Amino acid sequence: MIDEGKPIFLQIAEQIENDIIEGALAEESQVPSTNEFAAFHRINPATAGKGVNLLVDEGVLYKKRGIGMFVATGARDVLITKRRTQFVDDYVRPLLTEAAKLGIDPRTLSGLIQDASAEASAEPAPSRAHG
Amino acid sequence: MTTATPAIETRGLTKRFGAMTALDDVTVTIPAGSITGLLGRNGAGKTTLMHVLTGQDFPSEGEARVFGQRPAENASVLQHIAFIKESQKYPDDFKPKHVLTSAPWFFENWDADFAAQLVDDFRLPLNRRIKKLSRGQLSAVGVIVGLASRAPLTFFDEPYLGLDAVARQIFYDRLLTDYAKFPRTVVLSTHLIDEVANLLEHVVVIDQGRVILDSPAEELRGRAASVIGPRAEVDAFLARGRVETLHREELGGTASVLVDGIDDVVRADALNSGLQLTPVTLQQLIVRRTGGVLNDAAAPAAEAAALRGRRTAGARR
Repeated sequence: MIDEGKPIFLQIAEQIENDIIEGALAEESQVPSTNEFAAFHRINPATAGKGVNLLVDEGVLYKKRGIGMFVATGARDVLITKRRTQFVDDYVRPLLTEAAKLGIDPRTLSGLIQDASAEASAEPAPSRAHG
Repeated sequence: MTTATPAIETRGLTKRFGAMTALDDVTVTIPAGSITGLLGRNGAGKTTLMHVLTGQDFPSEGEARVFGQRPAENASVLQHIAFIKESQKYPDDFKPKHVLTSAPWFFENWDADFAAQLVDDFRLPLNRRIKKLSRGQLSAVGVIVGLASRAPLTFFDEPYLGLDAVARQIFYDRLLTDYAKFPRTVVLSTHLIDEVANLLEHVVVIDQGRVILDSPAEELRGRAASVIGPRAEVDAFLARGRVETLHREELGGTASVLVDGIDDVVRADALNSGLQLTPVTLQQLIVRRTGGVLNDAAAPAAEAAALRGRRTAGARR
């Protein structure tokens, strides 16, 4: 679950963010402790703590003294806004680069996206159809 | 987690055995309350360094301090240290139960319940003579003493010769959970770098008696990567001089170069040049930094094969 080539504390922060965005961690619910993250991911507790503290600094999590960490109200919207700004850099630009390499112009690409999207909604099962 | 006084501090530490220099001007600081990996090839000087730090040997030059004091013949420091080594000797008639009953005499934080739980975890026969134990069972004795002693400073020097993968995982899991409950300083010397990489907060790499890497583990992640692409594009990228080449391989018109010194600017430059960046593990970085294969057991066959055909473009220190 932990990738090479990227600081682990950033990966811990991202996984907590994902849980909040997907609703697995509801706002005002308690998040696991640093030691629980460390034991689960088999990582150094100080590293796990750094990931959690990053989200505290950003106001996504907050500390209740003597009780633990909680998800802040409004955290989900904040995270979705942040992820949307990253979306162009993380997904759209690499897609355009690869498309250009293959000679697919942006208009054709947008048609491909619409086709794929229509296909995905026509067949809800994850298994792919022939061709 | 760090306190003002580091757990370990050496300055210009040098150790000679006759004409052989085992430690050469070693200056390192290991923060208290951390798990540090002390890594390097066989004969690099790791065990000599641990001998000096645990007062079993004197420096030829320079200084070693443990919790701010010189360790040699210093009971107030040495009573806070547990040193678990691969070659630990026990009295001839000893059985594991004797080790566990005498350990509390030396370690004031000894937890007998924790030790008993570890004996179960490792399925260690308490009543068999130590001489009759398998290599793995002998290693388990050391690992149990190292964990249950909860010494403020614990050295594990290649603690798990003969331990199978399951037993090693038990060791890592128990170390992490107990360390989280009872913070202390742990120095772990091992060749199995990939297995312990995520446990480490700090990494010290020794090669031929010299420190070649002394860094928080997180800073090493992403610092090195393989840059892959058409040879001309890769060479143009390298010519911009922002990274250090550690290893190079070519196949047809494609070059794959392991480089150190990647940051956001370099990463963007590589991606804009149409090059691929593949992350490398801490183990791969250290193998290349120490000029070869760490040892036969730790090196996968592919790594050895790659080495046979290797061409080194960059200068090693």
